Amino acid sequence: MNRKAFAAALPATVPVMLGFLTLGVAYGLLMDAAGYGVLWTFLMSLIVYAGSAQFLGIQFLTAAVPLGQVALMTLILNFRHMVYGLTMLKKYRGMGKRKLYMIFSLPDETYALLSSTRPPEGVEPHDYYFAVALLNHIYWVAGSVLGGLLGAALTINTQGADFAMTALFVVIAVDQWEEIKNRLPALLGFGATLLSLLVLGPDRFLIPALGAIVLSLWGLRCQLEDREGAAA
Amino acid sequence: MREGYVLAVLLVMAAVTFLTRALPFLLFDRGAEPPRVILYLGRALPPAVMAMLVVYCLRGTSFAAPEGWAPQALAVAAVVALHKWKQNTLLSIFGGTVLYMVLVQVVFV
Repeated sequence: MNRKAFAAALPATVPVMLGFLTLGVAYGLLMDAAGYGVLWTFLMSLIVYAGSAQFLGIQFLTAAVPLGQVALMTLILNFRHMVYGLTMLKKYRGMGKRKLYMIFSLPDETYALLSSTRPPEGVEPHDYYFAVALLNHIYWVAGSVLGGLLGAALTINTQGADFAMTALFVVIAVDQWEEIKNRLPALLGFGATLLSLLVLGPDRFLIPALGAIVLSLWGLRCQLEDREGAAA
Repeated sequence: MREGYVLAVLLVMAAVTFLTRALPFLLFDRGAEPPRVILYLGRALPPAVMAMLVVYCLRGTSFAAPEGWAPQALAVAAVVALHKWKQNTLLSIFGGTVLYMVLVQVVFV
């Protein structure tokens, strides 16, 4: 452990600390409300460590979704991490044993921090990256466990609290809508899922919708890539 | 039985998530160019998937009676408005969720 690196990383991670503690508490509360004790919450946050996938995981658990579908949904939801990894190849080169942990410990927020902040003068960059990744992971686990404990201690009526997941996805969708110039993928995702829901009903519309989205994005690839090029 | 299923979901999610993070390092760390289709899907999928998840979360909506759709509609509108106004993720989530809880527990009973 390198104390200097942690001292340098701590102030840079404060925004993530606030976000992860709060969102983690929300996750722990929802897990508790769904009937999963704090030990499960702790394990999920420790070894899955993917915010939106974990929220979706509560739905998987309560609906007893088959494992194949769990795998497919997690894959599609976390596909964006492939791109994160690609931009971290150089940064992580030569990190030795710690590299495996760095690869594991790469949620959106850590990616955002590592691609936007630089280690201060005199701090070894690899130590700094490791400190940032580990601190963020600790915040997430701590927030989730706190939420699980709070949920077990409180006796408020939690009916409707599961809307927090809907709200999280709406917020991310709004952010993407503002940020990404091309609205076609978002509209396509919305339209294809809605159509599938109307045709197939609420129990088995998700996988067909997913297939339709991937295939149509694939089919529109040339057109979308051209537009991206024109916009850039 | 139930414990076994929960553990299996946990392990599957952990393995797949790790795979999405590890694949670039396994495949392209020696300087091979990543296929453009992967880069393209990595950029085009997230907005489509997020829109899909919003619909997925609201799949239980029913138009038979106001309590089947009004709380969701009002709370989603509140989240969007709050987020456009303050651009504070946590505030938007918290505000929308509290409104939804009040709506389903007190207003549309």
